[in-house]
Amino acid sequence: MFMDYKKFSRRVLCLALLMPVSTVAAELTVAVASNFTAPANHLAEEFEAQSEHQVRLVFGSSGRFFAQISNGAPFDLFFSADQEKPQELIENGLAIDDSLFTYALGGLVLWSRDEQLIQSSPAVLSSNQFRRLSIANARHAPYGIAAEEVLNNLNLLANLQSKLVRGENIAQTFQFVFTGNAELGFVAKSQVYQDDILISGSAWQVTEDLYSPIRQDAVLLQRASTNDAALAFLAFVRSSRGRSIIGSYGYVVGD
Amino acid sequence: MGFSEADIGAILLTLRLATTVTILLLLFGAPLAWWLARTSSRFKGPIGALIALPLVLPPTVLGFYLLLALGPNGPIGQLTQSLGLGTFAFSYSGLVIGSIFYSLPFVVQPLQNAFDAVGDRPLEVAATLGAGPVDRFFSIALPLAKPGFFTAAVLGFAHTVGEFGVVLMIGGNIPGETRVVSVQIYDHVEALAYDQANQLALLMVVFSFLVLLSVYGMQKKSHRQVLRFSQ
Repeated sequence: MFMDYKKFSRRVLCLALLMPVSTVAAELTVAVASNFTAPANHLAEEFEAQSEHQVRLVFGSSGRFFAQISNGAPFDLFFSADQEKPQELIENGLAIDDSLFTYALGGLVLWSRDEQLIQSSPAVLSSNQFRRLSIANARHAPYGIAAEEVLNNLNLLANLQSKLVRGENIAQTFQFVFTGNAELGFVAKSQVYQDDILISGSAWQVTEDLYSPIRQDAVLLQRASTNDAALAFLAFVRSSRGRSIIGSYGYVVGD
Repeated sequence: MGFSEADIGAILLTLRLATTVTILLLLFGAPLAWWLARTSSRFKGPIGALIALPLVLPPTVLGFYLLLALGPNGPIGQLTQSLGLGTFAFSYSGLVIGSIFYSLPFVVQPLQNAFDAVGDRPLEVAATLGAGPVDRFFSIALPLAKPGFFTAAVLGFAHTVGEFGVVLMIGGNIPGETRVVSVQIYDHVEALAYDQANQLALLMVVFSFLVLLSVYGMQKKSHRQVLRFSQ
């Protein structure tokens, strides 16, 4: 079956018009720890607006991403909620050593939807005003480890054990409080603060001397070592604009 | 190697949950299946479809709506609070409620098929001999539908053991209360404890295979389809 020349050339022209103007445009897929959802969306949006590249964000728990990356998942960058997992990927030859950096330090907040419940202090934790306290699972979620550390330092962990419900990640921990099934919970500051203003409910910003810093590391994955889009996105995240976006969601940005 | 204390706790909790749910579902499911098999009401279609919904819905949908419904502002939450019971999310009772919805079709459908297979004839004969409706149900339908009860019980039990999405949404991972085997496996994977995950997961595979083997063995004997996806 031959089509005539005119028809053929018209089709070629149509196809050519559909092609993007620039030939360097590429797509990258980023695995992002769920606490970083809002800033990651913001970062990707601005990055796409100023470059030809397309960013696909995948949100989930760092532990699951680790397992998936170890088994060949097609991610280019990994924004973990901790430092251990990116480090282990480097040791396993799956990520690139000199790309590793701390993109954010997470803040921990005790939060309730009830505007009266928390008086900007941990006092409510030793009261009888709640049935359930939601925290992330300390076995694998960094915000859960921090929350248990806080309770431990306040000498409340043993007393509150029967009131604890555990979210699989910080997104679910937030969801338990948001739906009212737990009256309060330790969530990520980025989930309830925007530009340092509490979005709703009541909260206590946990003082930093009560828990070890939640350092969150990002790393370039081996398969993307020559992916221009991935390198450009990393550069954008580390730029002053990128850092100010991250800061506006309640994270501390180190150097 | 060997299961940790937490693993064994999760296994025991899962067995307890599945047993409770299976017993409750057989009690509630039998009259429901009987009605579905006998009725010519115009509600038969919609109610059959409602019961079959968990077969096609992602468990996360069910879990998410349950979380909202059980919460202090949800309809079930309002009811349980007005009865002075508090709210049911993150409790064993909450899991029982969730599992009943989740495993309902796996119990009702085999029972309905079994009652269908009994047919009108034996019941009509019993009626002409003077047996009332209740008597007919207990003396004729129940004994004739016995294989259906076996299948329903095994499938309901196994499906509850295999539950994950719903429990993850409404459970809150409380040891001895809501941390079932599937959640424990998930936790092991998240914590990069792949050996422990592997042990428990393997146990689930063996268990599920044996369950299905017993159901298919039963089916072969009675030449009957177990699950139906349409009326």
